[in-house]
Amino acid sequence: MAVRDYIRERFMPHIWCPGCGHGIVMNTLIRAVENLGLRKNDIIMVSGIGCSARITGYLDFHTLHTLHGRALAFATGVKLGRPDLHIIVPMGDGDATAIGGNHFIHAARRNIDMTAIIMNNRIYGMTGGQYSPLSGYGRMATTAPYGNIDQAFDIVELAWSAGATFVARTTTYHAHDMVTILEKAIVHKGFSVVEVLSQCPTYYGRKNKLGDAVEMMKSYQKGTTPIGSNAKKQNPDLVERGIFVQEEKPEYCTEYEKIIQKVKGEKQR
Amino acid sequence: MTISGESLKATSQKKSSKNKIFIEIRRDWCKGCGICVAFCPKKVLELDEHEKSSISNPEACTQCGFCELHCPDMAIELILIQEGTK
Repeated sequence: MAVRDYIRERFMPHIWCPGCGHGIVMNTLIRAVENLGLRKNDIIMVSGIGCSARITGYLDFHTLHTLHGRALAFATGVKLGRPDLHIIVPMGDGDATAIGGNHFIHAARRNIDMTAIIMNNRIYGMTGGQYSPLSGYGRMATTAPYGNIDQAFDIVELAWSAGATFVARTTTYHAHDMVTILEKAIVHKGFSVVEVLSQCPTYYGRKNKLGDAVEMMKSYQKGTTPIGSNAKKQNPDLVERGIFVQEEKPEYCTEYEKIIQKVKGEKQR
Repeated sequence: MTISGESLKATSQKKSSKNKIFIEIRRDWCKGCGICVAFCPKKVLELDEHEKSSISNPEACTQCGFCELHCPDMAIELILIQEGTK
């Protein structure tokens, strides 16, 4: 199928700003789904609120646009009802780690089979550029005109320690890598977290004088390195990208089904 | 001069390959962010007077697909035309 067969063309062009990284994530996600040969009816996308959450409106899968931060809670319900389908949960950094922080760590702890894509643009873009838990110390935002004094989360470490069984990080510049990572994340049986560093030239870029979308993507090219590279040893400021965790643990829906079968068996006796 | 909302099309053939590639830009979807123009290794694309992506040098295209994959507006499509088909 052509890429446009996965898009609801009547809503295009989308609302994202020129150069927004979220468009690149949507583009690569379509290609990952196409490479896997999944049918549109095999996928349910559940999103919360924010720029990133708009993606469910544009993609022609089964889609749910739900409450801010609660996408994973809705997705858990959907997955328990239809464990045979692939669940993809696109979230923003604010959606996943601020208001939805608890849903995020507990979905990871349960190891329920779904793919959480966290599009980390380090700011609340839709509401006007307020700082998020990922903005970082010293960074500028509409609500931090003298510099942010909050420390940032590391999504990879957070997901890893919360128990996610697939954790990866990539950037919008490394879209070819992103396609491969998303394919592996969707196929992985368990809770998969993919952090995508995504540029917000309109707010984060402008407030922090990082230039336009092209400049921000070049900074991802220069500022990141594959896991375990020599460059990281020489320059510890580089951000590592790649697959950090990929392991097997009992999956929640499978375990739940086992309980149902066990109780049914006991009742029949 | 091209109208701002019109689709642009051009065909390109790689020297080493028999396959042709068809570049299509949906200008009504393009927002002129310039990502395709800045990162194209062969400078095939440029922003025109409407600040939208246009094809200026189709012969130089190496079919790497960077523009297609990195377009946030999904405005660029590369369609491979295999030899023997129209």
